[in-house]
Amino acid sequence: MIEVQELTKNYGPRTAVNRLSFQVAKGELLVLVGGSGSGKTTTLKLINRLIEPTSGRVLIEGDDASRFEPYVLRRRIGYVSQNVGLFPHMTIAENIEVTPSLLGWSTARRTERTAELLDLVELPSSITRRYPSELSGGQAQRVGVARALAAKPRFMLLDEPFGALDPLTRDRLQQSFIDIKRQLDLAAVFVTHDITEALMLGDRIAVLREGCLLQIGTPHELLDTPKNEYIERLLDTPRRQASELERLLARGAP
Amino acid sequence: MIDELRLLPSYLTAHLQLVLFAILIGTALSIPLGILLSRRARFEQPLLFVANTIQTIPALALLALMVPLLAALHLPSIGYLPAFVALVLYSVLPILRNTVTGLNDVDAAIVDAARAVGMRPRDQLLRVELPLALPVIVAGIRTAMAWTVGMATLSTPVGGLSLGNYIFSGLQTRNFNALFVGCIAAAFLALILDALLGLLSRGMQQRRRGLIVGASVGFLVLYVYAGASLAAQLLPKSQRPLVIGAKTFTEQYVLSEILAQRIRDVGGRSVEIRQSLGSTVVFDALKSGQIDAYVDYSGTLWATILNRKGTVPQRPQVVTEIGHYLREKYGIGLIATLGFENAYALAMRREHAQKLGISSISELVPYADRLSIGADYEFLQRAEWKSIVEKYGLRFATQRSMDPSLMYEAVKRGGVDVISAFTTDGRILRYDLVLLADDRGAIPPYDAIILGGPRLLREEPESVQALESLDGHIDDNAMRQMNLMVDQDHQKPVAVARDFLRRLVSSTRHQSKARNLEGAH
Repeated sequence: MIEVQELTKNYGPRTAVNRLSFQVAKGELLVLVGGSGSGKTTTLKLINRLIEPTSGRVLIEGDDASRFEPYVLRRRIGYVSQNVGLFPHMTIAENIEVTPSLLGWSTARRTERTAELLDLVELPSSITRRYPSELSGGQAQRVGVARALAAKPRFMLLDEPFGALDPLTRDRLQQSFIDIKRQLDLAAVFVTHDITEALMLGDRIAVLREGCLLQIGTPHELLDTPKNEYIERLLDTPRRQASELERLLARGAP
Repeated sequence: MIDELRLLPSYLTAHLQLVLFAILIGTALSIPLGILLSRRARFEQPLLFVANTIQTIPALALLALMVPLLAALHLPSIGYLPAFVALVLYSVLPILRNTVTGLNDVDAAIVDAARAVGMRPRDQLLRVELPLALPVIVAGIRTAMAWTVGMATLSTPVGGLSLGNYIFSGLQTRNFNALFVGCIAAAFLALILDALLGLLSRGMQQRRRGLIVGASVGFLVLYVYAGASLAAQLLPKSQRPLVIGAKTFTEQYVLSEILAQRIRDVGGRSVEIRQSLGSTVVFDALKSGQIDAYVDYSGTLWATILNRKGTVPQRPQVVTEIGHYLREKYGIGLIATLGFENAYALAMRREHAQKLGISSISELVPYADRLSIGADYEFLQRAEWKSIVEKYGLRFATQRSMDPSLMYEAVKRGGVDVISAFTTDGRILRYDLVLLADDRGAIPPYDAIILGGPRLLREEPESVQALESLDGHIDDNAMRQMNLMVDQDHQKPVAVARDFLRRLVSSTRHQSKARNLEGAH
């Protein structure tokens, strides 16, 4: 379980994240949604201490995250970002095996794990010897997910992982990710600015604005009882798209 | 050409010793420093500024600076060390700058990813940042390597052996074969070293083990060879060879050979020659015992070491005073006066001088504001020139410094009207130049004298005797002829010296035989 308590990050006079509190249970996917500057990416980076908080704390399975060496913490938390960040000078296999190798796993164990992961993210095993520059965007992102999962973390942080992909690829990857999450029983925090993606993927959704948490709840709760006008407007877009689609489908029907 | 090629192994080895170890130490200093700077942005600008400043010092000046600097630290100030230290300093900037740039230019997203997968700062550096910055760093090493190969040729004036010895003595004695061999060898060396680094870098980037192994073996062989030969030189020898110094002109090359051969023949001692040393470097080297003997000129010492100004006494008196002064101040001995004088004199083409009706400096003065003077690098800064200007009020329209070997050609072709000639230079005869009389006595006498270092005087009486035996045996004409043999007939200084000594030995034998015969009667 990930628990965030009163988490705050100030950059000089500017408050990027303002006294944020939430929990993510095992097997749950929490989506942080908000516009740019809402503090969602900062929040994500505060959880694995890529950024250190000004105040407040993060508990990982009840342990204060600040008590670990940052690198120890990060090896327990998978991280996927929009720009993937595959190491260009390493093969696909080396990229996937980077955290296991830091943890000192044996070569045999690493190779076995890589095969499992490629299976999981639906990539052919022939890809292991290739370099990141030889992959398509969708393939690279699948490798990114495999790398994040390599050391069998129970927590995942995903920063707009599918944002840069074309709609078809994004849809396929979203579906595979939901399957993976279900299989692995992960506690995951997923950042997106796309409210439709948030509604489709999230078990719960947290809406952020200017570093503050506006509302947190299941997609149904948000749709049924939006706490304020901003959230209502935010939800208008998917609602309108849904009714457009319905009308189009109805017209197409015989 | 064969003669030149025979010198190639020793010059090339010396060049390799300088370049390879300067680059090794330069790299070993610069990469860690670069890593530190990329982490501590605060120090980046100041330190790069220092490195940049070093780079703006002309290479030759940086080398020359090492001599007094090392001497002040009581380290060997001529030979390998000053050249090595200067090359190391010079190699730092490109490697340092490229290390900093290479590390700073690693994509921030990649660095974030490295942290996010759980790398410690050390893992980050070794597994991600350095490998990604490697092509840029290697490019810096390649730049440094090319510079260093070039700059090492300038280590000759500080007594470091290198391919530059071809170039300095070749330029001086108009031996274009030597010049050619020196330049081509340096260019080839630069190309080969660059190609090896290129292969190594390509091998690492493309992870081709064959290339990495091949290039590494290449470097290993070169380093082992250079290291072993350097170690062999540094090992204490049972008897250190005596070292004869020579400044950067033909006469000095010939005289150093004469001194060296004389000591070998008569004193039975092994001798080395350090050629093309800077004019002040050579006296300092004698003072500190890094060379044992060389030939200097009384007027030069009078003006630069004794710092005497005002009226100059007669020739013999100058020599005597210098002898006393050097003995008392530095323990340096004046071993012999060779018999000729190589003075500074103003020289013009004969027909030009006749047209203007000039035969002395006084007569030159009214025309000088329409004429130009070409002088060697030192002359216009020297006390002699100041004294001429003071005593005659001489002022030329233009003043030009140039290489002494090119000066004579320039006046012959009318590029300049007057030059600061050396009176023993054979080209005065060959080009039909006239020397203008110093009618007001502004220029001191320049007797050629053999100076011996303190250790030579103390421990090598046979060698001192061998040198003493040269006293009075080279007159102006003999020296001029020998200079001409090298400059015009392209004979080797070593051969010219050998001929001279052969003649000397047979004539003294003849004399002593004659004396013996007289004694019998």
